[in-house]
Amino acid sequence: MSIWAFALIAVLFAVGSYLLMERSLTRVALGVGVIGNGVNVLIIASGSDAGEAPIIGREGVLADPLPQALVLTAIVIGFALLTFLMTLAWRNWTITGNDEVEDDVEDRMITRRAEQTEKLGDVPHPEDVQT
Amino acid sequence: MVFFAAVVAHFAVAVLALIGLRRRPVIAACAGLVVLAGTALVVATQAIGATSAPRKTIEWLPLLGFNFTFQVDGFAVVMALLVSLLGFGVLAFSIAYFEHDATFTRFVGLFMAFAGSMTGLVLAEDLFTMFIFWELTSVWSFLLIGLHDKSEVARRSAVRALLTTGAGGLCMLVGIGLLQNQFDTTSFAQLRDLAPTGTMASVAASLLLLGAFTKSAQFPFHFWLPGAMAAPTPVSAYLHSATMVKAGIVLLARTAPIFGDTGVWRWWVVLAGVITMLIGGWRALRETDAKLVLAHSTVSQLGLLTVLFGIGSPYATYAGVAHLVAHAIFKAGLFLGVGVIDHELGTRDVSKIGAARRAVPVSVVAIGACLLSMAGIIPLFGFATKEKALVALLDAEFGLVGSIALWGIVAGSVLSVAYSVRLLHALVRTPNDSASHDQHHAHHEASVLMRSTLAAPVVVAAVVSLGFGFAASTVGSWLVSPSSALDVKAVSKLALWPGINDALLISFVVIAIGAVIGWKAPLESKLAQQPRGERVFDVVYDSTIAGAKRITAVIQPGSLPIYVGITLLLVSIAPISAAFVDGFGSLSGLTSGTALEASVSIIAIVMAIGVAVLQSRFTGAMFLGGVGYAIAALFALRGAPDLAVTQLLVETLTIVVFLLALRAMTRITTRPVSRFPQITRMFIAATVGIAIPLLALAARDARTAPSASQDYFARSVDEAGGRNVVNVILVDFRGFDTMGEIVVLAIAALGVANLVRAAEQHRRAAISVKEVAGS
Repeated sequence: MSIWAFALIAVLFAVGSYLLMERSLTRVALGVGVIGNGVNVLIIASGSDAGEAPIIGREGVLADPLPQALVLTAIVIGFALLTFLMTLAWRNWTITGNDEVEDDVEDRMITRRAEQTEKLGDVPHPEDVQT
Repeated sequence: MVFFAAVVAHFAVAVLALIGLRRRPVIAACAGLVVLAGTALVVATQAIGATSAPRKTIEWLPLLGFNFTFQVDGFAVVMALLVSLLGFGVLAFSIAYFEHDATFTRFVGLFMAFAGSMTGLVLAEDLFTMFIFWELTSVWSFLLIGLHDKSEVARRSAVRALLTTGAGGLCMLVGIGLLQNQFDTTSFAQLRDLAPTGTMASVAASLLLLGAFTKSAQFPFHFWLPGAMAAPTPVSAYLHSATMVKAGIVLLARTAPIFGDTGVWRWWVVLAGVITMLIGGWRALRETDAKLVLAHSTVSQLGLLTVLFGIGSPYATYAGVAHLVAHAIFKAGLFLGVGVIDHELGTRDVSKIGAARRAVPVSVVAIGACLLSMAGIIPLFGFATKEKALVALLDAEFGLVGSIALWGIVAGSVLSVAYSVRLLHALVRTPNDSASHDQHHAHHEASVLMRSTLAAPVVVAAVVSLGFGFAASTVGSWLVSPSSALDVKAVSKLALWPGINDALLISFVVIAIGAVIGWKAPLESKLAQQPRGERVFDVVYDSTIAGAKRITAVIQPGSLPIYVGITLLLVSIAPISAAFVDGFGSLSGLTSGTALEASVSIIAIVMAIGVAVLQSRFTGAMFLGGVGYAIAALFALRGAPDLAVTQLLVETLTIVVFLLALRAMTRITTRPVSRFPQITRMFIAATVGIAIPLLALAARDARTAPSASQDYFARSVDEAGGRNVVNVILVDFRGFDTMGEIVVLAIAALGVANLVRAAEQHRRAAISVKEVAGS
């Protein structure tokens, strides 16, 4: 692996994960795109050494075709994912006027319940109530 | 094999009762009776008198040493007979007891499932097999305690019992794992031959003891058993006095010969047993509910059995087997007897049950006999077994532990005489009010058949207690084979009249003191508060739940960006720490690369940083396209023309998709996140950026075998007729993968189409609402 591939993987993953932690779905989609490219470069760079295209009959050292086949599939599926995400962002915008992901309502409710328990103290034991 | 079939038959009836015969529980119960009687018959005819114990192994995971092994030795025969015969009696009793109760169907199913599990447990020849059935009995017990699931008390008691026995079961599992790991076997016989010693054996033994103590309600886990009395009487009589709570005793009996001399075993067993005996006996003297009196007396008797089996002396083991049989018989009779009284009078209060004398005189006499057996009064069977226990402990030579065991049991016996006499007193005394008796005639017009069905098991228990007492020496000779199966030296005999000896003198003193205490003990005394053990459990349980809520509130605040951040951080910590352990040596293997590669990479890097820095959506999308095109060029340079072409096409399409979506988004820039600090996000991003390339390097260096592609190269032309190996892999060798990929694309397309249509409808509806409002 060359120093350039190494640096490229580092930057793509860093930028991609930075964008994933955003609230705007468009930015998240951009992050998915960047990190997807990072994964593809990673598989190619760590899966085989550089070489000629893996076509039988070519001169020289041929590159390993297996990582290429994997990455080809990954590129296409990455596109499908990105399209779906952007549709979600678009739909959110059409309905609510923004493309931001909101907090998980269920989780907020758990938090609130815990706070309530702390405030009220424990519910008395039913066997105590009877006696 | 026939034993295994018997176990399976129990479960078959259980399934039948729960699914097939929901409407006709009595028929299911009769099928259960047949299976229970058949099992008893099979055990009795096949195993008694057999020269060698029949044995059967069913392989499950032989590589891990996990197999089901059953062996029907003398002890297993006695236990299996107890389980089947008592099961028969209790099930017959329950047909009348549940006469107008809709839960009977569920009861029969769970009862049979339990009886099958218990039979499996007592026939088990290795710890692993025992554990499986052990846990099953815990589950059935949970469901049976909570049979009346609308009662809050029943549910809470069920949970308490399940968590306590379940925790003990987990400890036991760890102990079994340690033994399997260390000694490569979990078979009782093989472990006994190995005679394991050392720290590992002590730890494993202690963990097994925890399992036994929780199951058999030994101090400090004694609290769940009285709570389990929320179950209907047949359940209490069968599970929580005669069989399931004996599982811990069975485990002790099987493992005491293995670990008896290891480390702290004897101290643990004796202390837990004696304390349990005293606590149980003391509380039994003070409870006012007759069923709870019996529950605490069970706790106390289990303490005695724990001491006898756990101490590991041959005579004590023999005495333990004898007393186990005696206790199972008289205690089942007592519980069912209290059930009869409860059924007749509608009360179990010890100050009122005196009215039962007129209502169910036969049952009351039978109960009296069982009580005398529990007190250890001659000529009942309980007398012979308790004498034997005293003699065994007087003879045992274990120094201080032995003395504690002996005098603990003497004190415990005083209490057990006392609580037996107290119940006897309650039965013979004329109650203050006879109103409850009159009520019974108004409400209950139980048929003669039903009433005799109720009374019969109680009478049988009493008759057996008496008969075994007179035939003590014969019964004693039957018990030689069971106890010598546990310990070859445990050969002894029972006698109704042992002659004047130390033990007999002690017994007379014990009976005299106990009788006085019991007769004087008040019947109305009210306990001030809930037992301490239950309170401790509830506090621990409630604060665990509350603590879990608080932790959840902290680590699950609801913000999706924070969840992503935590996930990313954890994912990247693993490669980084691995690199710290294995060293960063592979960094030196990086090549400098060609100038062309360098310039294309730099373009991609700059564009990627641009995507992160620029806030405009449109520019971000354009820069993402730039990154994609640069990487396409990189693929072309590295000998991957197919990838380069695909990447170019897809990248162009991606830009189109972005443009289509962004067209609607009128605000051009995105707002920055407020709740998640920028600096934290940058730190996490940097961590990921360092970790993943290190992982890539490690992955490259980790290759040990040649690439699978060698095979593809060799077969590509001949088998697929293609020279471009990447294409051949995609459309031929891994053609199904490609089909899967196409399916994913199709699903995504369907999803997109539906999302767009739904959003359009929503928008149109919103517009028409506005128009209506406007006009």
